[in-house]
Amino acid sequence: METLAWLILAFPIIALVIQYFFGKKLPRQGDWLSTGAIGLSLICSFILFIKVIFIEGDPNYLFQVSYPWFTGGGGLDFTFGFHIDNLTAVMLMVVTIVSFVVHLYSIGYMHGEQFYDSFFAYLSLFSFSMLLLVLCDNLFVLYISWELVGVSSYLLIGFYFWKDSAADACKKAFITTRVGDVFMFLGIMTLVLYLGKFNYTEIFEAVSHGEISGWVITVAGICLFGGAVGKSAQFPLHVWLPDAMEGPTPVSALIHAATMVAAGVYMVGRLFPIFSSSPETMLVIAYIGLITAFFASLIAITQTDIKRILAYSTLSQLGYMITALGVGGFVVGAYTAGLYHLMTHAFFKALLFLCSGSVIHAVHTNEITSMGGLRKKMPITAITMIIGTLAISGVPFFSGFGSKDAILAGALQFGLEHPQHFPIFLGLLIGAGITAFYMFRLIFLTFFGEPRDQEKFDHAHESPVTMTIPLIILALLSIIGGWGLYGALWLNALIVPPVIGEAAHEAAAHGAGHGSALAHYGAMVLSLLVAFGGIVFSYMVYYKRSISVEMLTKKMGPLYQLSYNKFWVDEFYEKTVIAFVMKSRMVLRAFDNTVIDGAVNITAPITRGTAMISGAVDKYIVDGLVNLLAIVVQAIGAVSTLFQSGVIQNYLLKAACAIGALLLIHNVIMRVLY
Amino acid sequence: MAVTLEHYLVVSITLFSLGLFIVMTRRNGIRMLMGVELILNSANLNLIAFNRYLPGMDVSGNIFAVFVIILAAAEAAVALAIVLAIFQQFSTIQLDEISSMKH
Amino acid sequence: MDALHSIIFYILAAIVLASAAFTAFSSNLVHAAFSLLFTFFGLACLYIQLGADFVGVSQVVVYVGGILVLLLFGVMFTGSIAGGITRQTLQTKWSALVLVVLMAVMLPIVYVTPWGVMDAPQDKALTSNVELIGKLLLTDYLLPFEIASLLLLVALIGAVVIARGEPKVQDKVEDKNETAAV
Repeated sequence: METLAWLILAFPIIALVIQYFFGKKLPRQGDWLSTGAIGLSLICSFILFIKVIFIEGDPNYLFQVSYPWFTGGGGLDFTFGFHIDNLTAVMLMVVTIVSFVVHLYSIGYMHGEQFYDSFFAYLSLFSFSMLLLVLCDNLFVLYISWELVGVSSYLLIGFYFWKDSAADACKKAFITTRVGDVFMFLGIMTLVLYLGKFNYTEIFEAVSHGEISGWVITVAGICLFGGAVGKSAQFPLHVWLPDAMEGPTPVSALIHAATMVAAGVYMVGRLFPIFSSSPETMLVIAYIGLITAFFASLIAITQTDIKRILAYSTLSQLGYMITALGVGGFVVGAYTAGLYHLMTHAFFKALLFLCSGSVIHAVHTNEITSMGGLRKKMPITAITMIIGTLAISGVPFFSGFGSKDAILAGALQFGLEHPQHFPIFLGLLIGAGITAFYMFRLIFLTFFGEPRDQEKFDHAHESPVTMTIPLIILALLSIIGGWGLYGALWLNALIVPPVIGEAAHEAAAHGAGHGSALAHYGAMVLSLLVAFGGIVFSYMVYYKRSISVEMLTKKMGPLYQLSYNKFWVDEFYEKTVIAFVMKSRMVLRAFDNTVIDGAVNITAPITRGTAMISGAVDKYIVDGLVNLLAIVVQAIGAVSTLFQSGVIQNYLLKAACAIGALLLIHNVIMRVLY
Repeated sequence: MAVTLEHYLVVSITLFSLGLFIVMTRRNGIRMLMGVELILNSANLNLIAFNRYLPGMDVSGNIFAVFVIILAAAEAAVALAIVLAIFQQFSTIQLDEISSMKH
Repeated sequence: MDALHSIIFYILAAIVLASAAFTAFSSNLVHAAFSLLFTFFGLACLYIQLGADFVGVSQVVVYVGGILVLLLFGVMFTGSIAGGITRQTLQTKWSALVLVVLMAVMLPIVYVTPWGVMDAPQDKALTSNVELIGKLLLTDYLLPFEIASLLLLVALIGAVVIARGEPKVQDKVEDKNETAAV
């Protein structure tokens, strides 16, 4: 188990190092190296998955190993270790599968691009960071890997850095997520301050023993959740994700749909005991998720950029997961549903992105208004994308149905138990309908109808095999995952909230029994209804054209504007946060210019003055002393030179004088004595 | 009038003074060496006279005199070598002219 | 006996002092060296009169046979036998004054000091002490004896090294050229 974990981490980082330094010299610029490395990681993950899920099959299975790293100030022990349970195993599979598929796809998609080798190096870096994030067993390493995925995301969004939009987008993504990261850092610091440990299990134990409680755990939880808000692009930090679509499409699929943005959800799931011990935190999580899910789906309706639609759809689906986790603090099944949705979403959203990439590759535009009728030109892409759409819309027998239904069931049960929170269910339900609507709008506009841009249509062609095979793999996974009800059942048994906190105690007391069956079937019926409602409405508007789009737009007027302009959130930030930063920049600059520069400038004359004084001291006192010494020595020498004739006979004469004088004294003394 | 120790000592003193006078007044290096030999001989005469006249002396004074002679031989050899070297270097043995280390 | 002893002493003392004075005041270096010969001989006789036969013989061998010859060689080598040099002395008056004073100071010491002289010194004069000196040199005085031999060796080598001097550079070059030519 330990060896497997090491191997999973080792392959991508070895690939990264080789690829980064020698990528250009390798045959085919080393794409096979990164792909092969992640393929090996996939195999290892698969073995680990089989071991954990099928051989162990224990809901409370936990493998833990920890190596001492270094000891910080105040005796704080930093360790590095692995925390492998059922959630880790599932997450490893998701990450490695999607990552491998995307690597494969990139070989075709990125063919002939500039910096082809660096692209694969960055992908390896991302894979390594993400796997580290999944495997690690303490908050310190979690934070490191958290920032590492941020960095690789930054690098990949800005891959076309010569385009201003891409450069701006990567900066925006990095800075926006950084806001969340600061909160997360504060959360970690709060926990460390009060508990003095980083390790998950130790923290969970401490929390369950009530070593910290009350407002502290709430603050810590909300701060930690701030990290998830940034990384998973939840409202109000969601603005970076749509812009992040400036990156290459495989990157969007891997990082901004399937894995990295899900890291926030994974983190909430992993640290669930910390969040769940404070009901307030859980409510904050649930409502943030709801707002994101609902508004993002509204925005998606009116967008025309194929990748932006998918980006908003991603936001919306992430909102579902977050809401489910929030509700999971009160309803047992919702936690599982949220993480289950994370898994299914990873597959079908990666599929959708890769399909969109395939389409963009074919027609060289992102605008769905200039597509149309493409199903004849690229049948595989069309079919797989329709499968993905069916999955996301929650149509039965596709993966999204099971997970989304489970989320709605949890929300309904929660709403029934606490009527004041019923809007959560309503919001999610309407959101599900809207999702079905805008996804089918995308399908109809892209693949059906008449070509709107004949020239682009003529040049369109089916993508190469390296791109279609990943699509087929993911489509199959979207269906297999769709035997979701069964899947949900065994995941229900295997992925459960790790340690029961206070809020979850309450939930457990309410139990699965009462009202859950009602909620389950009620939610299933309702979600089916809204899904089909959305599909049918979309069909009528965009395929049959029985309802005029223009008329709808006119009728919806202000709402349409609101949606089309993404609720002016970006503009709002522009006017408030960014304006404030710019203003404060001016103030700071003035401060810099006058006070700090002034201080620096003053030091110059001061230093000069001091130097002159010390120079004078040196010149007149120190040198003076030395010179005085020299003068004295010279004087003594001059005097003694008088005796130094340099003639030996002269010296002898003087010596004889001295001896004579001595003897004279001797005689006198003798005379006195005798 | 019997010869006493004092007689020898007076001879020795005179000899010493003559030697010293040579060393002090002569400019020629070889002449100065002659003076040195006289001084050494006056010392030898002293040693042997004391050995002869003072009690409990056995022959230690004689042995000292022998060593002084050895010393004198060595001194004469080295000193003459030095004088020759000086003569090669400065082409003179007027020692008062050789004062290049004075300043 | 006593009288004869005294007469011999006075004669010898006169020879020694006279020849030493001649050495001191002669202007000819070779003459001075030859008068020094008499001084050394006279001194050797005085030693023998004092019962120091070994020292007396050594005096003759070393001083007369060695040092004096050496001095004469020096005179020859440096070519400073006489003439040419106008002024041979310096600070004569001062030196004479100082030495007179010095003698005036030393003579009272000789006569005033109570020497504690032996009663019958003549007895010792009749026996030779060569054998005794030889024994003592190889027993009690072995270390000084060896050191003295070492000193002589060092002086020998040192004198050779110093007197030889540095060969001139040109000679060296010529030597090389010659060897190269050969």
